[in-house]
Amino acid sequence: MTQLLQDKDRIFTNLFGHHDPGLDGAKQRGAWNGTKEILEQGRDWIIDQMKASGLRGRGGAGFPTGLKWSFMPKEVGARPHYLVVNADESEPGTCKDREIMRHDPHLLIEGCLIASFSMQAHACYIYLRGEYVTERLAMEKAVKEAYEAKLIGEKNVHGWPFHVYIHHGAGAYICGEETALLESLEGKKGQPRLKPPFPANAGLYGCPTTVNNVESIAVAGTILRRGAQWFASFGRERNVGTKIFSISGHVNKPCNVEEAMSIPMKTLIETHAGGVRGGWDNLKAVIPGGSSVSLLPKDICDDVLMDFDALQAHKSGLGTAAVIVMDKSTDVVKAIARISYFYRHESCGQCTPCREGTGWMWRVLERMARGESSIEEIDMLLDVAGQVEGHTICALGDAAAWPVQGLIRHFRGEIEERINNYRAGKPVFVSQTVAAE
Amino acid sequence: MSDDLRKIVVDGEEVEVPNSFTLLQAAEAAGREIPRFCYHERLSVAGNCRMCLVELVGAPKPAASCAMQVRDMRGGPNGEPPAMNTLSPMVKKAREGVMEFLLINHPLDCPICDQGGECDLQDQSLVYGRTGSRFPENKRAVEDKEMGPIIKTEMTRCIQCTRCVRFVTEVAGVPEIGMIGRGEDAEITTYLENAVTSELSGNVIDLCPVGALTSKPYAFNARPWELKKTETVDVMDAVGSNIRVDARGGAVLRILPRVHEGVNEEWISDKTRYAWEGLGKRRLDKPYVRENGKLRAASWSEALDVAVKRLSGDASKIGMIAGDLCSAEEMKAAKDLADALGIASIDCRQDGAKLGTGPRQEYLFNATIAGIEEADAILIVGANPRVEAAIVNARIRKTWLHNDTKVGVIGEPVDLTYEYEHVGTGAKDLAGLKKKRSGFIKTLKDAKRPLILVGAGALAREDGAQVLRAAGDLAAAVGAVSEDWNGFSVLHTAASRVAGLDLGFVPGEGGQDVAGMQSGGMETIVLMGADELDISKFGDAFVIYVGSHGDAGAHRADLVLPGAAWTEQDGLFANTEGRVQLAFRSVFPKGEAKENWAIFRALSERVGKTLPYDNLTQLRLKLFEDVPVLGGIDHAPGAEGAAEFDAKSIGADGDVADAAFTPAVRNFYFTNPVARASKTLAECAALKDAPAAVAAE
Amino acid sequence: MSVRRLAKDQPESFAFNKKSEDEIKFWLAKYPEEKKASAVIPMLWIAQKQEGWVCEPAIREIADRLEMPYIRVYEVATFYTMFNLAPVGEHLIQVCGTTPCMLRGSDELISVCKNRIGKQHEISEDGKFTWVEVECMGACANAPMIQLANKDGDHYIEDLDAESFEKLLDDLAAGKKVKYGPQSERNASEPHGTKVLTDESLYDGSRAKPVTLPNTGKSEKAEG
Repeated sequence: MTQLLQDKDRIFTNLFGHHDPGLDGAKQRGAWNGTKEILEQGRDWIIDQMKASGLRGRGGAGFPTGLKWSFMPKEVGARPHYLVVNADESEPGTCKDREIMRHDPHLLIEGCLIASFSMQAHACYIYLRGEYVTERLAMEKAVKEAYEAKLIGEKNVHGWPFHVYIHHGAGAYICGEETALLESLEGKKGQPRLKPPFPANAGLYGCPTTVNNVESIAVAGTILRRGAQWFASFGRERNVGTKIFSISGHVNKPCNVEEAMSIPMKTLIETHAGGVRGGWDNLKAVIPGGSSVSLLPKDICDDVLMDFDALQAHKSGLGTAAVIVMDKSTDVVKAIARISYFYRHESCGQCTPCREGTGWMWRVLERMARGESSIEEIDMLLDVAGQVEGHTICALGDAAAWPVQGLIRHFRGEIEERINNYRAGKPVFVSQTVAAE
Repeated sequence: MSDDLRKIVVDGEEVEVPNSFTLLQAAEAAGREIPRFCYHERLSVAGNCRMCLVELVGAPKPAASCAMQVRDMRGGPNGEPPAMNTLSPMVKKAREGVMEFLLINHPLDCPICDQGGECDLQDQSLVYGRTGSRFPENKRAVEDKEMGPIIKTEMTRCIQCTRCVRFVTEVAGVPEIGMIGRGEDAEITTYLENAVTSELSGNVIDLCPVGALTSKPYAFNARPWELKKTETVDVMDAVGSNIRVDARGGAVLRILPRVHEGVNEEWISDKTRYAWEGLGKRRLDKPYVRENGKLRAASWSEALDVAVKRLSGDASKIGMIAGDLCSAEEMKAAKDLADALGIASIDCRQDGAKLGTGPRQEYLFNATIAGIEEADAILIVGANPRVEAAIVNARIRKTWLHNDTKVGVIGEPVDLTYEYEHVGTGAKDLAGLKKKRSGFIKTLKDAKRPLILVGAGALAREDGAQVLRAAGDLAAAVGAVSEDWNGFSVLHTAASRVAGLDLGFVPGEGGQDVAGMQSGGMETIVLMGADELDISKFGDAFVIYVGSHGDAGAHRADLVLPGAAWTEQDGLFANTEGRVQLAFRSVFPKGEAKENWAIFRALSERVGKTLPYDNLTQLRLKLFEDVPVLGGIDHAPGAEGAAEFDAKSIGADGDVADAAFTPAVRNFYFTNPVARASKTLAECAALKDAPAAVAAE
Repeated sequence: MSVRRLAKDQPESFAFNKKSEDEIKFWLAKYPEEKKASAVIPMLWIAQKQEGWVCEPAIREIADRLEMPYIRVYEVATFYTMFNLAPVGEHLIQVCGTTPCMLRGSDELISVCKNRIGKQHEISEDGKFTWVEVECMGACANAPMIQLANKDGDHYIEDLDAESFEKLLDDLAAGKKVKYGPQSERNASEPHGTKVLTDESLYDGSRAKPVTLPNTGKSEKAEG
């Protein structure tokens, strides 16, 4: 049995908002403690420690955070450096950054200062999705507190002139893609940019920019306070640290919880989410990392670990660690069709394969959910998904293709059965309803 | 960044290409063709169509070759040069996939599409597409958008390549087209479906790789393979845009740009594009004589006799005015006839511009049009290049945009599509500028290659010669003329002007200029397609109109000798740079109309002073003998002779007047009789006057 | 995503009110002056909060202020789905319909909307409601949920079911104050009867005591 994370090792100690999210409360819980000393160790120390901690980006791609910070130009030229925090939490299943911003905003602001200092940025924009109005107001409040306490600002106790600005979107999943986010922040449609150039060379306003997820930034202070080794002691090699998991769907107690990386999925669900509705054996499939990763059938879920490598080995991914649980009552074709609808809705329309392919895949899946299809069309759908995957400007194309590929990989039999039933005059009229417990 | 050569491997073959090349360029350098829709050499890279995907050896997924530079390629692990494949199965599959996606929602209505036969989508689907469709769903239909009198839309055909968006934003500088919505519901439109207000808007029709944006006036007129294509030059302004005239039978059906890097790159103005509509209207197709106040059709013989009678009168009371669309040959023939008859009152400057008496440098755009891109500071004097020479304006915008060139204006502060410093409004501001110490004079002085652009409007006034001198003085003072750079540049508006001045089609000894001819005392005036002057000022003079269109001149005329339009005869034109270019006949002159030079040749014979050439070739030989500069086809002199530049030889000494400069062109769409006869251009002009009326429609 | 167009009926003019102007000032201060186009989304949002929707004159007003071409602001207004391009009812009900919410019964909420309010995007007969199905709003551990937008602001209402949703609509229709956030006994997204974050020492101030940074070479040798 894996060692569960203990409360003393949780970074987000007010994740559920049971305590004061304000500056006093945050300080009481250890935020802003020793921040000045951290900065005094210098940029290289901070980046080295972040590298040593093994922290990988918490926004989905899992790129090593310390390494990312080291990509910024060593010297500041004519163009200022920027840190941009990606708080456009939009990946279906994911609802963790929201809790950080509502309940532990000072950890994020402190992280922004540390990260910005290490990359020689004097300004940081935090881009929240437009729907997070409550979260935005909470962040504005916390930023105001930090300014007033001179923790940040032109002149502050930390000696590094630093500004935090809260910005927001207005309903576009694609703005979670870092370059689309930058476009949006510049006042344009959120259409991803071609790379190269990468943001570290030409990001916000054409200036060197690093874009990090909320959670990646918010853990920085605690990691440096408690030591890279402490953070690295959780989880498996290359997959270390603590992580907030969002557990939704058919579990008895949906929740967010900070756990150690590499926790077995079953342990995670049973310990924190009250187990699968109707018991583990009632499990049909789990999407382990937000809607863009492939779903996994129960037999894999039985013993898979929740980390980057373990899930990738099953052609899925940790993504944002958003665990969407589906029990046996689930119409899995319809569930993935709804995800396809989501990608069609959120495609920015810029590049051909995604603009055209997402709609095509959705239409086929809608029919398939009713059985109104043919066996050959399953392979054609797979082929279409392959024509989208890897051919687009940004990763939304991949994200739209993977769930479809996963569905066919693991539930081809179910699709075939439905098609055969339909042809035999036993159509399924799908209207997914799940009795709430 | 260095632009070193780099060795890369394309489909197994090693090539050396500059680091700055895109993979697409590199592939082309290796002799590979890369299909594309969104990519265009003269627009920013969008990388959105994904048709140009190539395989990077060692990379998991293909890359858009239009968007990646050779310098960003990664070599092999053991120092092998980077490699890409353009013919591999991965690439073939990628292209097939993209092609299929582009076609699933495309209406495939080629048989009724004007783009048919010259459609990138059609051509590339043939080569790169799959054989059949696998898409059983309903196709997307997109509502058509109003974009004005020029652009016809069929938006269901649109493949969202955004070339049109990028063109109007970047090249035309009029950000009015955009893509609204998102995903598969994204739509190209203008704001509230207003007409595009650019003088260059028609270029989006050429840029559109499919049949989404087509030419409204050309709609359903012809198929490209039915058309006889003639490569020629445009005369709607003094730019000399290279064009292709497409005709069927006796009718010109459309005009398209040809590429000339030195002149129009590959753009043409809307006036150039739609002047052809005027070629079929208000035509003078037979001779007319005025009888009892009314024009009556006459035979050529009768008409020529009437003309000969008038031309045999007192030569000092006969004048000839060459209009803006005359070829060098017709002016040469007319001038030779005038010389033979002792007529000294000839003028090719119907606007009254005060120039043409000095060296050739005095009246040329010496910086050259391409040279605009080398200028680091430009002062525009008394011109609105946006309407006087839209193509030149696009070049100025281009260099302003990409090279950070500073622009100043003395004249009306109009919207030129780029930012500029408004230095002053009139001639006094120009004359006083060189004495100033700060402001734009400093910009000019600090510039390595300053350009002083003098507009026709600054010269067509009483003190035009003094203005010209002031501009010359300023050019000298700021170092705009050096050994290898001559920034003193006159921007003409008339296609005929430079050749006319080269020919010396200006008053001879004792002769009158246009103003003189209009101040009474003249008995006979020959107007060679000259309509842009106050026609009422010729008093009782007998007016002979030689030209193609029934416009102001013909209405006043006592005798009309029908001539050819520029698409109906071969001819030489020297553009504002002094670049001589050949126009070719596309169709025959209308009805009984004759080539213009031949009319003067016929007159000369009847009047007993037969000109020494029987055909156009002989005329040209004589022309080149007398005026050798007109023999250098497609040659713009530029900075040649810049070392001898002497401001004192430019214009005339004296004070300039207080008056503000007024631009030579007010209505872009109506600068000559052909353009005025075009319905489309009239609609554009009406829109310009009352854009709100259409918006409310 | 469906085709998004401006409403047919548009007001003659638009002007920001005093409250909006104050907010605009607050937002514009966040961006470099020459990059003020960055404020386009916040300004469209302010316009929407003032009027309930984004009207055409507002698009031009914002474009003029930010020195942007009209078409660019139009693009932004139609790209981002939170902008209402036509008027909405007093209470805008945005029901999340994406898979995590679907798995927990968002279809039932949608049925309630259809029955009580009518067609999506249309204002109910009494003018009180407009409903739309939207995509994941990032509150999946509290599914199914809606976002309610009205004069009182924008609020998530979570842990719903058909019954509690019906009651919510009843209360809104009756002009009663409603409870925002989870409709269950939860505070946020904690598991019901949470067993984590219960260690009192996290909150007793012991963590605010001065710390000695590890790995600085002063206090200790780096481990491993």
